[in-house]
Amino acid sequence: MTEAAMTLGNVSMVFDADGGSVHALEGVSLDIRDGELLSLIGPSGCGKSTLLRLLGDLLVATSGSVTVRGKSAEQARLDRDYGMVFQAATLLEWRRVAANVELPLEIMGVEPAERKRRAAEMLDLVGLGQFAEHYPWQLSGGMQQRVSIARALVFHPSILLMDEPFGALDEMTRERMQMELLGIQEKTGTTIVFVTHSIPEAAFLSDRVAVMSRRPGRITEVIDIDLAQPRVFDTREDPDFFAAVTQVRESLRSIEEAT
Amino acid sequence: MTTNRLRRAFPAIVVFAGGILFWETIVRVFDIKGFLLPAPSAIISAFPAEWAELRPAAVGTFTSALAGLTLGTTLAIVAAVGAVRWPMAREGAMPLAITANSTPIIVLAPVANAWFGLLSPWSTIVVIAVLVFFPVMINLVRGLMSTDAAELELMASYAATRRTTLWKLQLPGALPYMFSALKVAAALSLIGAIVKEYFGGSQSRLGQYITLKAGNFQFEEVWTAIVLAALFGIGLYVLITLVEKKFMSWHVSVRAAQI
Ligand SMILES: Nc1ncnc2c1ncn2[C@@H]1O[C@H](COP(=O)(O)OP(=O)(O)OP(=O)(O)O)[C@@H](O)[C@H]1O
Ligand SMILES: [Mg+2]
Repeated sequence: MTEAAMTLGNVSMVFDADGGSVHALEGVSLDIRDGELLSLIGPSGCGKSTLLRLLGDLLVATSGSVTVRGKSAEQARLDRDYGMVFQAATLLEWRRVAANVELPLEIMGVEPAERKRRAAEMLDLVGLGQFAEHYPWQLSGGMQQRVSIARALVFHPSILLMDEPFGALDEMTRERMQMELLGIQEKTGTTIVFVTHSIPEAAFLSDRVAVMSRRPGRITEVIDIDLAQPRVFDTREDPDFFAAVTQVRESLRSIEEAT
Repeated sequence: MTTNRLRRAFPAIVVFAGGILFWETIVRVFDIKGFLLPAPSAIISAFPAEWAELRPAAVGTFTSALAGLTLGTTLAIVAAVGAVRWPMAREGAMPLAITANSTPIIVLAPVANAWFGLLSPWSTIVVIAVLVFFPVMINLVRGLMSTDAAELELMASYAATRRTTLWKLQLPGALPYMFSALKVAAALSLIGAIVKEYFGGSQSRLGQYITLKAGNFQFEEVWTAIVLAALFGIGLYVLITLVEKKFMSWHVSVRAAQI
């Protein structure tokens, strides 16, 4: 029994938009275990990104609580527990690749020599060591996303929040990035919350998949993925993998039928 | 490298030289009177005799222009940063600034003489500073406010302070706005200086020189001052463009075309 890294307690989120309010999340409760990779999957607009922002204290819930190992989400953010990867790479265009990766260290007051060393190490890890002195616009979309992953990991956050990070990649790159991500997680033990639209991706990566309903988003089911660790390329041809994919798909379909 | 640059500049040089030649030709062929439009050759030959009088006048005018430009820009930067930092101040000040920016501020010129005294250099400097202030401030506020929401969230996830966010994200992102505002402001500062000098003040200024010579129907001499002012304006523009290239080599506008 692993202890919870993060706990969502009956969280609801209502946005005040002009001309009315949008009820994005309703009564979401969830324990995220230490060191696990948990995927969030659900129809577009169901509140996955909102949930991720609440976890990372970029939004404050209308009601309910978010705790991170006994702390508030805000304290966790101030303690720099979170690495964030957004759907777009959000690299700063005036910084070279290495300087982009160094950004969080710079803000956290790490000295220059150490910054350089750690950024170089991270860039090697995502296979972009040779591109350290390039500008973001000189890289492909997939390479930019790898830089943003390196940037999120460079200060060793204990929690990684990723919002459709591989959404814009082609299938082959995506599969390679998935392997890289799992490799990194194995080395670092990072707890990962991973938002995705792709059922096979969720099944392949996750220890557990949380399936969400249409707006207002609730968690309708949390599916345990019983696939051998570590996941390898051949895992995708494993009958257990197909079973997991089917299970997630059925769960998503039952939402469609309910609405 | 140099030959490449020369080749790129070639069309512009041809057009420029052609323009001068065309000007010279029509003046001679149609025997245009000097008070309407003197020939370039006549303007050039007027320079040596006028130089002793022109030089101090030009130095005085350009010094005022630069002082006003510097003062106005500095105040505008401070005001813009303040306006972005305090939304209340922004909501109060921006409509006012936009209104002020649509008025012909140069009409203040004679009034400024009354405020600061006819011979005070401040009357010119302050008019220029006011003239420059509004477009720079408005543009910079726009630039600072145009920061990508996801990039702001990224900084929040690092628990970056407001000051760090301003220095590392908002200000660099606003540089393109800043430079286009500066180019406009540089031209405004020269217009402001010379028009202000039309209304009196120290005798040894380009504005006064032009009024005086025009009154005496010495139009070749008038044109020497015009040419000098134009050259200074172009020089200022080129200088700003060079600084822009140095600080913004990453930006699309600089890396794509050389304008
Ligand atoms: N800042 C905001 N202000 C108002 N409404 C918002 C805001 N952010 C999100 N919403 C609304 O909340 C709902 C959930 O949005 P969210 O971005 O979390 O969905 P999502 O599940 O991530 O969708 P997708 O899969 O398309 O990315 C949407 O209806 C959206 O319009
Ligand atoms: Mg989303």
